[in-house]
Amino acid sequence: MAEPAIDRSKMQISDEVAIQITNMDKWYGTFHVLRDINMTVNKGERIVICGPSGSGKSTLIRCINRLEEHQKGQIIVDGTELTSDLKNIDKVRSEVGMVFQHFNLFPHLTILENLTLAPIWVRKVPKREAEETAMYFLNKVKIPEQAHKFPGQLSGGQQQRVAIARSLCMKPRIMLFDEPTSALDPEMIKEVLDTMISLAEEGMTMLCVTHEMGFAQAVANRVIFMDQGQIVEQNEPREFFNNPQSERTKLFLSQILGH
Amino acid sequence: MSLSYVRTEMLPPAEPPISERGAIRWMRANLFSGPFNSILTLLAAYVLYQLVSLAWPWLANGVWSDANSMSDCRAIVTASAGPDASGACWAMIRERWHQFIFGFYPPDLWWRPILTFGLLFVALAPVLYADNKRAMSRLCGVVGILTVLSLIGADGFSYHTVLAILLFAGLTAIAAIQPRRLLIVTLLFPFFALWMLWGGSIWGPITALLGFVVLVVVYGLVAPKLGAVMGASTGFLAACLWWLFLQTYISTAWQALLPFGLTYVPSDKFGGFLLAFVIGVASISISLPLGILLALGRRSDMLLVKTLSVGFIEFVRGVPLITMLFVASLLLQYFLPPQTKFDLILRVVILVTLFSAAYNAEVVRGGLAALPRGQYEAADALGLDYWQAQRLIIMPQALKISIPGIVSTFIGLFKDTTLVSFVGLADPLRGITTIVRADINWKGIYWEPYIFVGGIFFIVCFGMSRYSMYLENKLKTDHR
Repeated sequence: MAEPAIDRSKMQISDEVAIQITNMDKWYGTFHVLRDINMTVNKGERIVICGPSGSGKSTLIRCINRLEEHQKGQIIVDGTELTSDLKNIDKVRSEVGMVFQHFNLFPHLTILENLTLAPIWVRKVPKREAEETAMYFLNKVKIPEQAHKFPGQLSGGQQQRVAIARSLCMKPRIMLFDEPTSALDPEMIKEVLDTMISLAEEGMTMLCVTHEMGFAQAVANRVIFMDQGQIVEQNEPREFFNNPQSERTKLFLSQILGH
Repeated sequence: MSLSYVRTEMLPPAEPPISERGAIRWMRANLFSGPFNSILTLLAAYVLYQLVSLAWPWLANGVWSDANSMSDCRAIVTASAGPDASGACWAMIRERWHQFIFGFYPPDLWWRPILTFGLLFVALAPVLYADNKRAMSRLCGVVGILTVLSLIGADGFSYHTVLAILLFAGLTAIAAIQPRRLLIVTLLFPFFALWMLWGGSIWGPITALLGFVVLVVVYGLVAPKLGAVMGASTGFLAACLWWLFLQTYISTAWQALLPFGLTYVPSDKFGGFLLAFVIGVASISISLPLGILLALGRRSDMLLVKTLSVGFIEFVRGVPLITMLFVASLLLQYFLPPQTKFDLILRVVILVTLFSAAYNAEVVRGGLAALPRGQYEAADALGLDYWQAQRLIIMPQALKISIPGIVSTFIGLFKDTTLVSFVGLADPLRGITTIVRADINWKGIYWEPYIFVGGIFFIVCFGMSRYSMYLENKLKTDHR
């Protein structure tokens, strides 16, 4: 795959910590999904998390905005610790944007209403201003002409770009992507990845669960490989792909890059 | 022969052949598609013919006027169609229609239920048509004209008519200019209807309304500190205390100070469709919000809320409505403070409401279960709190899915209002019909009152069903 030209001028990683996870464990009933996760994400980092299915990678990023509850250890997002305190959870959720595999747009609202809903009700932004922001981000993801349609009228790639714009309207400091291209037709994957790349170019802190290794090589500053609920290996992308250390990583890479 | 081929011009679409269109094709496809289907068609045609030939003479010989008793009817039919002919005696409807409609409501006060019924549609307009200005103003206008005509028909042109004309003209204007303002009418309508129908001091409904003001004020004070659920429950408690202990004293005091009211009409004067509509409309409008809360309660993470909701729903659904009505008429008094004088209709309304709320809860729960989990997660991920997510994301979609089920419950409830005859209220189907048939003049009349009452029920229920189809169409945004 040809490397896209990327403007790296604003892709600075600061020393400031955005997410700090220490000794975190999670169980689904008796099943131990995440085991002793330790991870620090600095502001401006672009992290790709990969691994076989069932390895706990989605669960990990869903713990970061508390869509899943962890049972042991500590998660601190932007200085706020995630506990069962609803105030903290709401605070973290309004700072962290999330993009889902199946877009999860609200089908009963127009695209514009999808984008303005959270700013109006959570951030209490006046409707006019929220709509201006929404149009700004719709321009950014290159579909302003769809503003008054319903999600069902858009293609998968367009819906996913709307979903990204919806998250951005909340002006998040961190973006989580949970397999954003896995439900898309091949020709639509590129338009979504382009949107994500331009986001990275602006210095957004991103955690991305994906199988798009081209994207990982081009954009990520760190690749994390997970298996059986544990972080098995992490490295900068060039090293990770060319010189994997663990046997498990080698096998995984040979399977997904094999053909 | 070469493989390469390039089309130089595109073919225009052509008419289908004659065998693919027209009535003959339709009949062949739908009525005579095979031997079995053909036999069924002929059989159905025969049965239909038998039915019509049986009922037609009876309908055709129907007597509408010039008869004041069953024997008059028979005489007229015999004179016109021969000694063995049968004929419907609609003259009974002409003479007794008012009992089917108003029960024993005093005739000089008929303008009150008529005006209330008209205003019901104005109050419903913003709920039924949301922001659709044209539909709302058209509804208000048409209902206004019908109401004024009915008022003139009921007691001639009097000051009530002038009042109604002014009222409906004003409301139609509001609907055309600022449709959202009509929501105020919707909120005030229950109290207005209460006062209009039963009459009495105006301070009764006003102080009842103040109970809701108490609820809102307490909620506003408590909610910011202890959360929405605590706020709502303390508010509700305070309002209940107000209604049970304070309201009577305060309304009596005001009545002594500023006496104003309408002639009091006791509940035993209510009957016919007036009664069916009072019970039906009140129960329908309260049971839906209650059903939604119960459905949410049943899906709640809080064990107590969940257990109570499940217990309530399962208990109510397991008990026949008639049992509940007997509870209303006999048992409910024992559970209330001794000095509260609780009207029978009010008690019936409460029990019927609880009954259909349980059914609505299950229908709404079905809608909630049909929503993909992603919708909840997306709402959570955007930082919406529970009630915001329910109101803005979940309920609009879940209720849309549940529309057919909810309307079925409503239709069922409206027809079930006839069961109140079991506790001595004069419902149109059994109560009034029995009274009419007990009259020596109309002895022996059988089909006519039931057809008349059934016809009105059909019109109302069919109307609800058509509205639900309109609503489903309007809310269709999934473009699948």
